[in-house]
Amino acid sequence: MPKQTNPARGTMVRKIARHGVTLVATVMLGGFLSATLVRLAPGFDVDEAQLDPHLNSESIRALRETRLEQRNIFRFYFRSLQRAAHGDLGTSISLGQPVTLLLRDRAPLTLRLVGLGLLLSWTAAMALSLSAAWLRVQAYDALTTVISGAFLCIPAAVLALLSVLWNVPGSLAVGLIVFPQVFRYSRDLLAKAYSLPHIVTARAKGLNELRILFWHVVPVAGPQLLAVAGISVSIAVGAAIPVEALCGLAGVGQLAWQAALARDLPLLMNITILVTLVTLLANSGADVIGTMLRNRKA
Amino acid sequence: MSLGRMKIGRATFWRANAFRIVACAVLLLVVGLSLAANWLAPGGYVKQYREAADSAPSRQHWLGTDDIGRDRFARVLYGTRISLLLAPAAAFLSTLMAALIGGMAGYLGGSWARVAMALTDLCLSLPWLFLLITVRALMPLNVSPMVSVLATFLILGMLGWTSAARVLCASAGSLRDSDFVCQARASGIRGARLFWVHVLPNLKPVLYAQFWISIPAFILAEANLGILGLGVAEPMPSWGSLLKELEGLVSVGEEPWKFVPLVLLVVVVTSFQFVLSKQEELAA
Repeated sequence: MPKQTNPARGTMVRKIARHGVTLVATVMLGGFLSATLVRLAPGFDVDEAQLDPHLNSESIRALRETRLEQRNIFRFYFRSLQRAAHGDLGTSISLGQPVTLLLRDRAPLTLRLVGLGLLLSWTAAMALSLSAAWLRVQAYDALTTVISGAFLCIPAAVLALLSVLWNVPGSLAVGLIVFPQVFRYSRDLLAKAYSLPHIVTARAKGLNELRILFWHVVPVAGPQLLAVAGISVSIAVGAAIPVEALCGLAGVGQLAWQAALARDLPLLMNITILVTLVTLLANSGADVIGTMLRNRKA
Repeated sequence: MSLGRMKIGRATFWRANAFRIVACAVLLLVVGLSLAANWLAPGGYVKQYREAADSAPSRQHWLGTDDIGRDRFARVLYGTRISLLLAPAAAFLSTLMAALIGGMAGYLGGSWARVAMALTDLCLSLPWLFLLITVRALMPLNVSPMVSVLATFLILGMLGWTSAARVLCASAGSLRDSDFVCQARASGIRGARLFWVHVLPNLKPVLYAQFWISIPAFILAEANLGILGLGVAEPMPSWGSLLKELEGLVSVGEEPWKFVPLVLLVVVVTSFQFVLSKQEELAA
């Protein structure tokens, strides 16, 4: 008997493969563009170390030669990729340490900051949007909208400064930056799901609210909420930069900030690749899981 | 229509749009005050009152002075003018770029659309704040105040077009296959003329919506850059550079007048959100 293939599974494999190719291409292009931007930035060729009066001409020549390799952007990028394939991400010009070591040291703090921030923002957003959808009281809905709207109107850097002023953890600042964005989408999605005829009927028949939520609302709004989750990772990663820079937290965000100011090409290129990879993985992951859920429902 | 019905209609209109009307009035008031800065604060934003440096609000200095003795009220007014005049300029630039890149990509379709959308996806895959801070930090920082103003808002305009381009590409793509464009094509109109005369005018509502919703986003982005020291350079004030003062605060209750720029920014952005609630629906 011939072996039967599952069409849904085939579609899924194709989708994952397409996401993989897009991810690799975008990450490569992102890294190359960041390297080009730094290379073209004014003052790239100037190294403060060259002005040190204690250095002799040999040392200055050696310093210049290290920069010469970076003049040709294509050659520099190709060599960087070759080295990266062997686990060597180069050495930071401004900090004088291997990029791998810097990223390994600082990534846990950023991961914790972003992770906790996402957890806080999603908890607050879901609690408010679910309660608004359950209660269906106009005044309460307006109140939740005003609360989220207020945070939407405050710059991320101000929230970071206020977190320093009030001595609250940076993850709360990240959470408050992400919260209004998540709330806006989740409230709309849940409100739309709760107004569907079969859910209205289920409620009218007196079905338990938790059962309605997990059996009827989540399957409808779930895939779209997953897409919002993917986007929220990108927002949280972006928010980590001002929070870490202003709160003095030694994470990857602060490192990106220092690398940009110091025009540190190897460091900035690797951070751009890392950030692009994380955001693309989050978005692609959300898309693939969403498709899986839709297929299972079908 | 009878007078009674007209009155009821007017009352309904006022009730339905009360928040929007108040928000419009607030925006007009703030813009008016900032434009009247020359009369309201004739001392200007640079003049130093060295004998009253870092002073509390008084009759002479309504919001006190900063640590080098400049009148904070004058700086808030001039800063508001800079932020409120240049955010629309950046929004105009980004909308123009979105119209050209997204609109043309949607209109041309095929590989043009694929390349343009790949570029858009690349920009969208990087967090907005990361991209903004990185690109601004790569530009010269030790420049004249006017150049820093131009650089800040040029970057906002040049980087803020991506999400608008996506919307415009989709809108232009649907217009490309519409009946009236097919008819125009059958009448012999082709290429740029077809785009400028038939496609672009029909994208106007989306373009207007994108323009208006970009303004509060750019105001917030400028504030973020300013606080991080990458925005408008001293001595020129902007909301971002004024908010940088909060960095030196020890407690909130100590000098509450330093929060006036933040309150003003929140009020203006909130007003924009109320005014633009319908535009956002159109742009989505």
